[in-house]
Formats: sequence, C-alpha cells, structure tokens
Amino acid sequence: MAITEDAPPGAEAGPADAAAGQDGRRLSSPLVLTLTLLLAVLAQSPIRGLLGTPPMQSWMTVFVAVTVQALPFLVFGVLLSAAIAVFVPPSFFARALPSRPALAVPVAGVAGAILPGCECASVPVAGALVRRGVTPAAALAFLLSAPAINPIVLTATAVAFPRDPAMVLARFLASLLVACVMGWLWQRLGRTDWLRPPAHGAHEGATRGETFWNSVRHDTMHAGGFLVLGAMAAATLKAAVPADWLRTAAGNPAFSVLALAVLAVLLSICSEADAFVAASLTQFSPTAKLVFLVVGPMIDLKLFAMQAGTFGRGFALRFAPATFALAVTGAVLTSAVLL
Amino acid sequence: MFLLGAALLHAGGTGLYLRYVKAGLQPLLLASGVVLVAGALATVWYERRRAKTATQEHGHPEPRTSWLLLLPLLALILIAPPALGSYSALRAGTALQKPYALGPLPAGDPAPLSVVDYASRAAFDHGRSLHGRPVRVTGFLALDHAGAPYLVRMALNCCAADAQPVKIALTGTLPPVLRPDAWLEVTGTYSPRLTRDPVNNGPVPYLKVTSARPVPVPHDPYDETWNN
Repeated sequence: MAITEDAPPGAEAGPADAAAGQDGRRLSSPLVLTLTLLLAVLAQSPIRGLLGTPPMQSWMTVFVAVTVQALPFLVFGVLLSAAIAVFVPPSFFARALPSRPALAVPVAGVAGAILPGCECASVPVAGALVRRGVTPAAALAFLLSAPAINPIVLTATAVAFPRDPAMVLARFLASLLVACVMGWLWQRLGRTDWLRPPAHGAHEGATRGETFWNSVRHDTMHAGGFLVLGAMAAATLKAAVPADWLRTAAGNPAFSVLALAVLAVLLSICSEADAFVAASLTQFSPTAKLVFLVVGPMIDLKLFAMQAGTFGRGFALRFAPATFALAVTGAVLTSAVLL
Repeated sequence: MFLLGAALLHAGGTGLYLRYVKAGLQPLLLASGVVLVAGALATVWYERRRAKTATQEHGHPEPRTSWLLLLPLLALILIAPPALGSYSALRAGTALQKPYALGPLPAGDPAPLSVVDYASRAAFDHGRSLHGRPVRVTGFLALDHAGAPYLVRMALNCCAADAQPVKIALTGTLPPVLRPDAWLEVTGTYSPRLTRDPVNNGPVPYLKVTSARPVPVPHDPYDETWNN
C-alpha cells in the first residue's frame, strides 16, 4: 500500500515536463526518479511493516511474479516488433498476404502459430503490423491466434491433459476459428478511427539503429506500464476471490462455463501455463475447461490494459467484449462437436 | 529502463527469481535484462549525439503509465516479497493429480521424497509402493481453522500466479509449537488415513510423523515436478 503512495509524485511530474518543451525542465524526469527511489529507500522499514500481513504479502508475491514472468516475453515481442518496424519493408507484407482482406485474415491467423510466445509478446507485434500497413483485420486475427495456437502452448496443453488429446485439437480449432471470425467481423464493422495507435517518434534523418532502439524503448515503456496495471488487478483477484465460489459455480453447466470464462479474464495467467490451471479445476466439465483455455489467451485484464495502451482505449473497449462473447460461443460450439 | 534491466539481471543472477517463476525462465530473464540495459545505453548514446548535432526537437516524452514500472521495481529491490506461503495454500484446494506411473522409491533410509511424490503414492496407491519404509519429506507448515497441521509445498508451472498447493495432513509426534510458514523436514511412515480438502474435495493423505526438524527455506521453494 505504502508503495502505491510513493508513485503519484512521479506520475504527476511526468506529464508536467512533457508539456514544457524547454530544455531545463526536461531534467526533472530523472530527478523525480532519483527522488522517488531515495524516498522509498528511506521509508523502507515502515513500508515493510505495512506489507507484513499475509494477504498483502501474497498480493505482492503474485504481483511481482506476474510482472517478472511476463517481462521477458514482452521484451521479446518488443524486439520483434521493432525489427519489423525498421528492417522489414511494407512491400513484404503486401506480397506475403493475399490482397483480399477476407483471405488475408485466415492466413494471418495461421501465421500466428509461428510466434513462439505468450500473449504479452503478440500485442506489440500486432501493433507493429498495423503500423506497417497490414490490414487491421488480419493483424487482429494474428493478435488473437498467436498466443493460443503456437507449438509451445499446444505442447503444454498436451502435457496438462495427458488422457485427452482431443483437448489440444479443440483448443487449436476453437482459437483459430474465433480469431478468424473476429478478423472478418472487424473487416465488416470495424472503423479505422477506433484504432488509434500512438504516433511513433520516427525522427527524420534518424539512423536505422536509432529508430530501432527508439521503438524498443517506446514500446517497453508503453506496454510495460499497462502490464503492471494488469498484474496489479490479477494479483488483487488472486488474493481476494474465495475459492469456494468456484465449487458452487461448478454445479450448474451453463453457469460453470460463464464462471470459468470470467475467471480466465480475471486471473490473466500466461497462455503457456493456463492449461495446467485448467487441468487442476477438476470439478468443471471439459466444455468449461475449453472455454477457459480459449478465452484466457485472447482477452484478460493484463491484455486489455496492454491493448488500450497500444491501440487506444476506444478500440479496447469495443474489441474486448466482442472477443469475449465470440470466444465463449466458439469454444462451446467446438466442444459440442469434439469433446 | 536501465534500472529495470539491472533488477532483472540481479534477480536472475542471484536465484531470487526462483521465488516467483520457474527455473526454466532464467536464461530468458537474463537475456531481457541485457536487452533493457542495452536499450537504455543506446538511448543515452543517441541522445548525446543528437545534443551534439544540436537539432533540438525532442521526441515525445514517455507516457504517464510508464511510471507504474517503478512499482514492481521497488517491490523487487526493497522488499523482495517471499514465496507464497500458508495463507495462499489454505485458500486453494490441493492440486494432487493421479500420476501416470510411480517410479521406484529413492534409495536411502528414510527415503527422501517430495511432498507431491509422497502424496500421490499415499493417495492413489494406498502406500503399496512405499513398502512400509520410513520417508523424509520437506515442506512448509500450514494450520487450518481447526488448527490441524498440514505439510505443504506449492507446485508451479510458470510463475507464482499459477502456483497450487499440494497438502499432506500430519499426525503422530509433532513439535510442541507449530508456526505456520515454518519449513520442516519431517520423517514418518505411511498412514492409511485419507481426508478431503475442504476447498476442492481433493484427496489429502496423512503421514504419521516420527520426528520433525526445522530447516531453512530451500533454494527453490516450489515443486517443479510437473514442469517438463
């Protein structure tokens, strides 16, 4: 708690020097950083005392764990997106993807299978694709399918459900289906003015190396801040939601599907690990577990925060509920056929 | 950004990271730490060059939300929260699952077993593969509302957010004072008693304790048997 109180001075000073274009004022950003750090070091022992209670401690642990676990993947995604932004010419995508958007969507969806990472990596990459002139519909299909259908995640799913190979297939098909439908839906209904990717500071006359590192720094700072926001929300829920709610929810089939869908959104587990959590929810039906596996990588608190940061809030507010509804429907349909 | 990278390097290099994530993530953590530090250095370098050529149109400043990155940083450097303990363990149901097959009992008397290993042998095999031998298990203590002691180890797949407890109930001769979260090395024998976890109705086998001694927190506080 005390830590959260330390941050606002910094948060207030940040935009203040943003507004001032003058050279002297710009120094205040590192200054504030140093002051905050000093303050935190000085106030160490009261902070520790406040955080000593068990619920607070487990909150901190989960919070730090989610952040530490996601950062490498975020950095990996940011590097890849910077590489796309700097070294891959837009004409490459024009040639690689079919020119008809309706066809480009499934191609991009399947292409998601080659990004070996979890969802934190796919957000910056999809952002870079949009800036590089890829049809938004195709980039969004990629954004949704990449975290769910890549080989690492599918292998983890197979390990977590050893007696149930149909689960792996169902996860693959349902995720791909939902990603494509979302892409087509965007193509029909989406409006470009909802998408507001933050302008990138492409200085004229900057060398390639400079643009590359600028893009890395910019994306890390943007997405990183939102990642922290999402990690805080997930930790709060993990520490606060009583587990017996789940037991009551498991009784009713329709309710159990919804309960696990909401749980997937709230827990924000990395898509490489969610299969194990799903497998341990033994009280629930396979359908509900599949819903958990399909919804989780597509939309959760952490992702929502990061999408809002990368594509703009207006986009995230429309995109997230639509994805959620479609993912639940797609998963239920697939499980009716396969499981 | 430099600080963040340095903190990741520190956590990855010192084994602190094991409190939060699985061991397999170490190279990734180190690599991303290096990238972040390199990014910070590159920024400084380009800023200086830009200042020299004196084309002063500074780009956009960092957004407000990036200040939030300070929070996990401070938490990691100053507080370094401990691994999940009894509080989380009692809120979640035991994650014990039927294993594919039980390996041979490790050599030694008493046989050293992990919490997961003993629990699955006791719960699904009725202790047959234990051959009546004494076993030694290490975990931390958790006391439920009624004060009944459990020996727990959190099993994790990726990071502490998905950690789930595996519990063994303790009977027999226990130390007179039981403190939750204290790490114990317990020696005991198989007990056919089995209870159900009140949270998710999972099986919680009993262990008849003959002796117990406190031990320091192990290097990796989590059980990673389910990681491949």
